[in-house]
Amino acid sequence: MRGTPFILILIAVAGVVFGLARWLDNSYAFFVGYVVVQYIVLGTAWNILGGYTGYVNFGITAFFAIGAYSSVVLHKLVPTLPLPAMIVVGGVMAGIVGVGTGYLTLRLRGVYFSIATLALAVVVQTLITNWDFVGGARGAYVLRPRTAPLIGGGYIDYLFLIMLGLCVAALATARAIERSSLGFGFAAIRDDEAAAEASGVPTLRLKLIATGLSGGFMGMAGAPLPFYVTYLDPASGFSLNYAVNAIAMPLIGGTSSWLGPVVGAVLVGGLQEYLRVTISSAVNVLVAGVLMVMFVIIAPQGIVGLFQRKRR
Amino acid sequence: MTALLHIEGLGKRFGGFVALDGIELEVQDGERLGLIGPNGSGKSTLVNCICGTLQNEQGSVRFAGEKLDGLLAHERTRRGLARSFQLPRPFASLSLAENLRIPILYAVNARNAGALPTAAIDARCRGLLGEVGLAEKADRLPRDLTQIEMRKLELARAMAAEPKLLIADEAMAGLSHTEVDEIIALLIRLNGQGVTVIMIEHIMRAVMEFSQRLAVLVAGKKIADGAPKDVVRDAEVVRAYLGE
Repeated sequence: MRGTPFILILIAVAGVVFGLARWLDNSYAFFVGYVVVQYIVLGTAWNILGGYTGYVNFGITAFFAIGAYSSVVLHKLVPTLPLPAMIVVGGVMAGIVGVGTGYLTLRLRGVYFSIATLALAVVVQTLITNWDFVGGARGAYVLRPRTAPLIGGGYIDYLFLIMLGLCVAALATARAIERSSLGFGFAAIRDDEAAAEASGVPTLRLKLIATGLSGGFMGMAGAPLPFYVTYLDPASGFSLNYAVNAIAMPLIGGTSSWLGPVVGAVLVGGLQEYLRVTISSAVNVLVAGVLMVMFVIIAPQGIVGLFQRKRR
Repeated sequence: MTALLHIEGLGKRFGGFVALDGIELEVQDGERLGLIGPNGSGKSTLVNCICGTLQNEQGSVRFAGEKLDGLLAHERTRRGLARSFQLPRPFASLSLAENLRIPILYAVNARNAGALPTAAIDARCRGLLGEVGLAEKADRLPRDLTQIEMRKLELARAMAAEPKLLIADEAMAGLSHTEVDEIIALLIRLNGQGVTVIMIEHIMRAVMEFSQRLAVLVAGKKIADGAPKDVVRDAEVVRAYLGE
């Protein structure tokens, strides 16, 4: 399947999902749907760097929160700015930080890179916590409109639709990378950086593309967050949940293909939401942790990998 | 005939240790050069400095009339310098055909400033695998290969970059007698196609059979350079290998 039909199918699927949610006419469906789709975007973003290129980023919350807080800033400065514009700005900001971090840390390999990204999350959180304009440690309130622009209905409908659109963009990008020379370059870097360089792969430039794209999509996933939660403080914006889930979902679904993060996010995200309402709101982190450990031991290639292996 | 590779006063240190000291070496277009030396004499460091994996502190490397100093490894590969690694370093998650695809996508396409169509790339990958006798395993992963097949893949991947100069870094270590012959035949065939080859090797039989000229490194210095028969009788070379 070529690129354009794939995007059309994605859009059709997103349309059906949105139509279904509208038909259910239950705002809880939109809240759950938003979270799951947000995790598809986050997982896909993580996978571009972690799965395709082999650089494990633990600093997801840094990029996610940069997107979220850039929306807070924009909302204070220009309250009338439409959300898609905020998403673009949030994505660009996080993408720039991604490229910058990449440039400074990509001489570090393996686990040292991961530790540096962890440090980045701490640094960004400290900066935000001490920045009064965005509420500092107290947090910031964002009053969202009561009704959705353009499509009518509750504002959450609009947030869900926006997140679905982002998801289509992220998945189309991920799949396009997989099939392009960029994807082969990423895979070569993941397998052996020195051999990649000796084969003519400009490793530094490709790694910067990967960190920029990955960080950018994380920022875009975070940009609508203030409107979703309406009150954003550093503790929730930088919550460990985002980092754990964004890593666990691609690992569980499979890191080798764009489908992995989708499968992982729908499965784990869905299960978490189910357990949140049936058992307890704290058990959801346990789910991601336990499943991740199980999959790393039993099926390191993830669910998609299991099927691919059968085919091979 | 002008030299394809021209190394002048090349020096490299690791802290206080002088790994290479004032290396002078010329390789003519189309030549087969053997490079030998005891363990730790600086052969691999020299290869790394030529290929850009390491940057030399002193001297210069000129290739096809162009100064390479300061260029990164991938830029040198694009200019026509390819190497195989001492320990095979395949792209483990990619099939054999895909392994060869990387240098075609990134070295050949970049050099020609135009992308080959996918079908042409695929045909080229399979053709190269056929040349080294791995055609049937084109869709397998490197982990399914034997030691000699791994070495062949390593050479095929270097060849896929369509180099003017190929540096084979101990491509035969650990191989059996007949396998060594196979690799020698392969390298001589490549040379026949117009590729200049530098062979770094410990197996003297292979070196003597392959090389038109032989250079010897000892403790970071070139101590001999000339016709293989003369070099192996050189008193200094004998002393370096066998002691006083």
